[in-house]
Amino acid sequence: MHPAYSVIYFTVASGAGYGLLFLLGLQAAFDLLPVNPWSAPASGLFALALVTTGLLSSTLHLGHKLRAWRAVTQWRSSWLSREGVLALIGLPVAVAFLYGMAFQNDAGWWRALGLAVAMLSALTVHATAMIYASLKPIRHWNNPLTVPGYLLLALASGGVADLAMDAAFGSITLASGLLGLALLAAGIAVKRGYWRSVDAGEAASSPESATGLGAIGKVRLLERPHTEENYLLKEMGYQVARRHATRLRLVAQVLGFLVPALALALALLLGGGGLSALALFLALAAMLAGLLVERWLFFAEAKHTVMLYYGAGRV
Amino acid sequence: MTSLPEQPAQRRLGLVIDLDTCVGCHACATSCKEWNMGGVAAPLTDLDPYGAKPDGVWFNRVHGFEAGEGGAGRTVHFPRSCLHCENAACVTVCPTGASYKRAEDGIVLVNEDLCIGCKLCSWACPYGAREFDEAEGVMKKCTLCVDRIYNETLAEADRKPACVMACPTGARHFGDLADEGSEVSRLVAARGGFDLMPELDYRPTNKYLPPRMNASPAAVPPAAAGEAIRPESKFLQWVDRLFSR
Ligand code: SF4
Ligand code: SF4
Ligand code: SF4
Repeated sequence: MHPAYSVIYFTVASGAGYGLLFLLGLQAAFDLLPVNPWSAPASGLFALALVTTGLLSSTLHLGHKLRAWRAVTQWRSSWLSREGVLALIGLPVAVAFLYGMAFQNDAGWWRALGLAVAMLSALTVHATAMIYASLKPIRHWNNPLTVPGYLLLALASGGVADLAMDAAFGSITLASGLLGLALLAAGIAVKRGYWRSVDAGEAASSPESATGLGAIGKVRLLERPHTEENYLLKEMGYQVARRHATRLRLVAQVLGFLVPALALALALLLGGGGLSALALFLALAAMLAGLLVERWLFFAEAKHTVMLYYGAGRV
Repeated sequence: MTSLPEQPAQRRLGLVIDLDTCVGCHACATSCKEWNMGGVAAPLTDLDPYGAKPDGVWFNRVHGFEAGEGGAGRTVHFPRSCLHCENAACVTVCPTGASYKRAEDGIVLVNEDLCIGCKLCSWACPYGAREFDEAEGVMKKCTLCVDRIYNETLAEADRKPACVMACPTGARHFGDLADEGSEVSRLVAARGGFDLMPELDYRPTNKYLPPRMNASPAAVPPAAAGEAIRPESKFLQWVDRLFSR
């Protein structure tokens, strides 16, 4: 599948933003926020920036951007619509939550709102993942590990962002650092599991089932309908060389998980202070870069059944 | 509304395409393009039409396949267009309500005024039946010539999809596949019409008829109904073959 940069940026940035909001919401609900009263609101603002730039970027690839509001109408059937609805409900709730956190520290209402923020954030990422996971023609997406992957990577990148902000405003606790490491480990595990699964998997469809000519024998393309490119080939026929894919998977793992884990361990050893914060912001930058590569591959490696009509022996 | 109709449609209009008689002339594809250039989904934009890399919207594309090996192999021409599926995920994924399936006749259409051009429906179609019009920023697809088949300004005989009208070999049939007595349903039953990618469970309305297999020299002609012949000796087998000619 053709990797649209706006969608890749959107899923990575909003994933990290929602992951961060999820963690802040839970921390508020269970009274676990950092001591410095400005730390959590600053993290919240950072999360909102990630989420909103992501959402805006997701509209860039639309053919009719000004009609984008219509996308909230079909939540009964469409995961894309549900994602839009959840994102639009989530934004004002998150803003109110942050306002309470920053300016009404004594009041308790925003702590309860934290639970709502956490739930809406998780549901939004889940809806994003379901857009892909529900598409039967693309077996690389219609995979049981697609949804856990999106959820865990959002949470892990949100966790690293949370730690970086905490360190900038004070210090990180051993417990939160270990949790961050555990999330990174879980993230790489699910991603490696996903790659193993798609590499070993077989599509249910074949040139024989696509044409219904299997009874005669093996089916090969003789001629395409037209000599030139078309929308289907440009959108669905994107191919990445196997060699590049292997290399990029390595880059995604090193940048997305290994570097952040090492930097996080270093930050834990340093305890607190400027160096520790610097290490954690480097961890975050590496992780987001790694996830951009990972997301690019998620698109570029996915194969659509329509290519069976254009000479693909398997998809 | 992008939820599918709750009741299965009373009528399921669609095409039956005979892969035995299709000669791959592309008349259906060009005729489709010609009609729809002025139809409800108009225009079917062409990018760089007279340049080095022309590229445009087509609702019907004719592929060529080879199936099988050697003497038993066949070259099969294969027109591909929207199958107006019962279980049309292209409709349910649409976030705006632009894509819909008509309850009255099962035709799947796009309301271009609502479409935001997110392209998700084209990802959800296993058959590559949806095409994005880059110039207009909206998704387009085969309308089953909804503006012909109900068009009272056309003579009754012309109220068929343009592709069906154009086909020189009569390989394309149009009708109601929900009506078991219709000509198309009888054709599907008689010829073993099949669905494309049945494993995905989109339940296409359109059916394809398989190429008839050449009677090869080794083929044994069917025995007369009711009598099972199992010649015991070589001689009787020879007699059997002789009289079966
Ligand atoms: S062929 Fe594709 S576009 Fe047509 S109804 Fe089926 S899924 Fe939708
Ligand atoms: S491209 Fe248009 S018709 Fe297709 S899913 Fe998006 S809004 Fe619906
Ligand atoms: S017009 Fe008829 S014979 Fe020609 S390509 Fe189309 S279906 Fe085949």
